[in-house]
Amino acid sequence: MVTFNRFTLANGLRVLVHEDAATPMAVVNLLYNVGARDEHPDQTGFAHLFEHLMFGGSIHIPNYDAPSQAVGAQNNAFTSNDITNYYITLPAANLETAFWLESDRMLGLAFSEKSLEVQRNVVCEEFKQRYLNQPYGDAWLRLRPLAYKVHPYRWATIGKELAHIEQANMADVKAFFAKHYHPGNAILVVAGNVGTDQVKELATKWFGPIPAGRVYARNLPAEPKQEEARREVVKADVPLNSIYIAFHGPARLDEGYYAMDLISDMLSRGSSSRLYRRLVKEEELFSEINAYQTGSLDANLFVIEGKPLPHVAIEAAEQVIWSELDRLRMEQVEPYELNKVKNRIESTMVFAELAILEKAMNLAYFELLGDAEKFNHEVERYLAVSAADIQQQAQQLFRKENSSTLIYIAKSHA
Amino acid sequence: MLDRTLPPAYHPVTDFKLLKPLHIPFPNGVQTFVFNAGDQDLVRIEWIFGNVFAQEDQSLLNSCASELLLEGTTKYSSKQIAELVDFHGAFLVPEYGYDQSALTLFSLNKHLDQLLPLVKNILTDAIFPERELATYIRNNKQKLQVSLKKNSFVARRLFNKTLFGPTRYGYIPDVPDYDRIAREALLALFKQQYTPANCTLIVSGKVTDGVIDALRQLFGDSWQLADKAIPVDPAPKFAPTEGLLVVDERKDALQSAIRLGSQSIQRSHPDFPGLQVLNTLLGGYFGSRLMTNIREEKGYTYSIGSGLASLRHSAFFTISSEVGVAVTKATLAEIEKEIQRLREEPVEESELALVKNYLMGSMLGSLENVFSHADKFKTVYFSGLGLEYYDYYSDTINSITAEEIARLANTYLNYQNMIKVIVGKYES
Repeated sequence: MVTFNRFTLANGLRVLVHEDAATPMAVVNLLYNVGARDEHPDQTGFAHLFEHLMFGGSIHIPNYDAPSQAVGAQNNAFTSNDITNYYITLPAANLETAFWLESDRMLGLAFSEKSLEVQRNVVCEEFKQRYLNQPYGDAWLRLRPLAYKVHPYRWATIGKELAHIEQANMADVKAFFAKHYHPGNAILVVAGNVGTDQVKELATKWFGPIPAGRVYARNLPAEPKQEEARREVVKADVPLNSIYIAFHGPARLDEGYYAMDLISDMLSRGSSSRLYRRLVKEEELFSEINAYQTGSLDANLFVIEGKPLPHVAIEAAEQVIWSELDRLRMEQVEPYELNKVKNRIESTMVFAELAILEKAMNLAYFELLGDAEKFNHEVERYLAVSAADIQQQAQQLFRKENSSTLIYIAKSHA
Repeated sequence: MLDRTLPPAYHPVTDFKLLKPLHIPFPNGVQTFVFNAGDQDLVRIEWIFGNVFAQEDQSLLNSCASELLLEGTTKYSSKQIAELVDFHGAFLVPEYGYDQSALTLFSLNKHLDQLLPLVKNILTDAIFPERELATYIRNNKQKLQVSLKKNSFVARRLFNKTLFGPTRYGYIPDVPDYDRIAREALLALFKQQYTPANCTLIVSGKVTDGVIDALRQLFGDSWQLADKAIPVDPAPKFAPTEGLLVVDERKDALQSAIRLGSQSIQRSHPDFPGLQVLNTLLGGYFGSRLMTNIREEKGYTYSIGSGLASLRHSAFFTISSEVGVAVTKATLAEIEKEIQRLREEPVEESELALVKNYLMGSMLGSLENVFSHADKFKTVYFSGLGLEYYDYYSDTINSITAEEIARLANTYLNYQNMIKVIVGKYES
């Protein structure tokens, strides 16, 4: 149970406070409701590049990091296809420094040309390090446009290509800031050794004077229903063949989301899970295999990825994956197995209460979903899933015409 | 009117409170340390065994024994163990490190009655079935093939090998080495290493008297071996190294992985905390000189950092990064420049003050929950030190001067003598 208080400033900033006196620390987590899905198709990777620029100095504070470190704080941020989330952890006695820093960069950035130039380079190196300079690094650069044809999930947060990042200019940066970085588009969560009255006072003092922005109405194209199986085969300089199969699944707020998530647990969470037991241990066909869902706000992908052993032909490897998926479609799961994955959900939620940063991020995310209180009822949503729900969801997901398959063939095997 | 150019008042962190463990030595030699705190009904229990090396080139055997612990006993199959752990929503994780092998259980208290006897069975009765070993070998050979295509992985291997030579810390397995792992050797190692006298038990979370009683019964009273001696493990001998340059050219590389460093001092050395401050200045945090110069000024890399690691028989200092291939040499030149600057120019008071505040804040922040208190204890305990080390650590940080930083840089950081490993492109 994560308790919290909630209030909204006149400019539209939503503020949540979680009091936890057991820690000497405080966390300030600021979620902006903007991600890669809000980018123009010709300027992909921009939300993430922008996140880097948020550390390049703000209107009154030339350097974000130094004053943060000087009060013993640690800060970072991440960008997903849906959100951009900034967080700072610091000794609670220095809480106000976080308000000073975060409010100034919501008010305005320094928009330094030097910072833009350097961060373009840094992000290009990040692109190379994560996506280009290692085997299978480009899998998601291929899989997304294979599975999504219309929805902006068709590109990765890093961007479609290096050129989009190299071409970003200051006018674009300013327009992006004006459109997305304002109080009404953000959720502030303060957690740890803090009091609600204290947070109210600080929020009013530092964020209160920031002018309200215009909340932009997101109007993203829905991905049309996929009607035929898709396939891409890449011959690459990779050591082993590899298979990815992606299926369109429910969105985060759809009823079917919880069943889909439990299916991924049944298939691959823990060493008793189906795919690992059957295909790695018993039949000895794969060296590794995993199933997961992307956890996105809009319609998700459910993904199976695995590396077959050298003696297993790709077609045979695909076939055995499909057999396991068919089993979920044809046979109702036994109560024992369903309880097993539910027990794991329950314990994971209790362990998640140990970290204030994790609690703060969860509150912000669930507030974005509609109501932070729903975080405290997540377990119940999972517990309510029945064997019939699982089977029905499996029948929805695991259809050939709903699948996009990406195959890497190792050049030495070709 | 709010003046946003002025930072709010700073409140220094001058000390922090560490939880002291309750030490319960079991009569069979198990040393148990209990950290009881927190509101959630859960625990983390760690069974930690000192690694025993029959030969210095056997680290692959040790890691294999650790990773195969859960793959079967005379009582339970691999599948049954996996089902029991997963059904109770628990996590049972073998971890292999340079000096210790640990088995860690994360569980809600309500399931311990089921899980503790299982762990007892595993630690006393693992049999490393032939078929599970074959699966392990097959899959790990595949994983290693993938890792060997990652420049940063290869750079770390070459660095360790060059730095520590033919010892447990420098030994790096190649794909065919996996085929030489024999079940008999695993069983022999298991018998020698997984003994009460070689076991430290760290229990943290909501540790009730009932939990302690159950642990004492299972891992104290009923776990008796004829041989009560701590296993003999002679210390490895390390040859001094010189400033070697090791280059592994990869023709299609977009980035070069760089790793350089040298052997260093252990935590028990009086200069260790001061060297940690120096390391932080150079490459130990986001605002460090390496990050500021090489990422934030020049944009050569996504990340660069340095670190200091204290091992049981040695220690090392290392700098690592992945940079665009065109700037490999330029990056090395900047690293050298930054090291020289620390040796020759006194650090500004403002920068030193910032690093001190940062380190004290990080220390406080690293004590978030009861598990972190146990981790702090483990760090000193396995270095042969007590919790009072942290008083010395904070005193050193609070009082260190620019002159002392320069002395440490001149004593411990010497670019010429560092081993330099480049995987990617050096001559571009």
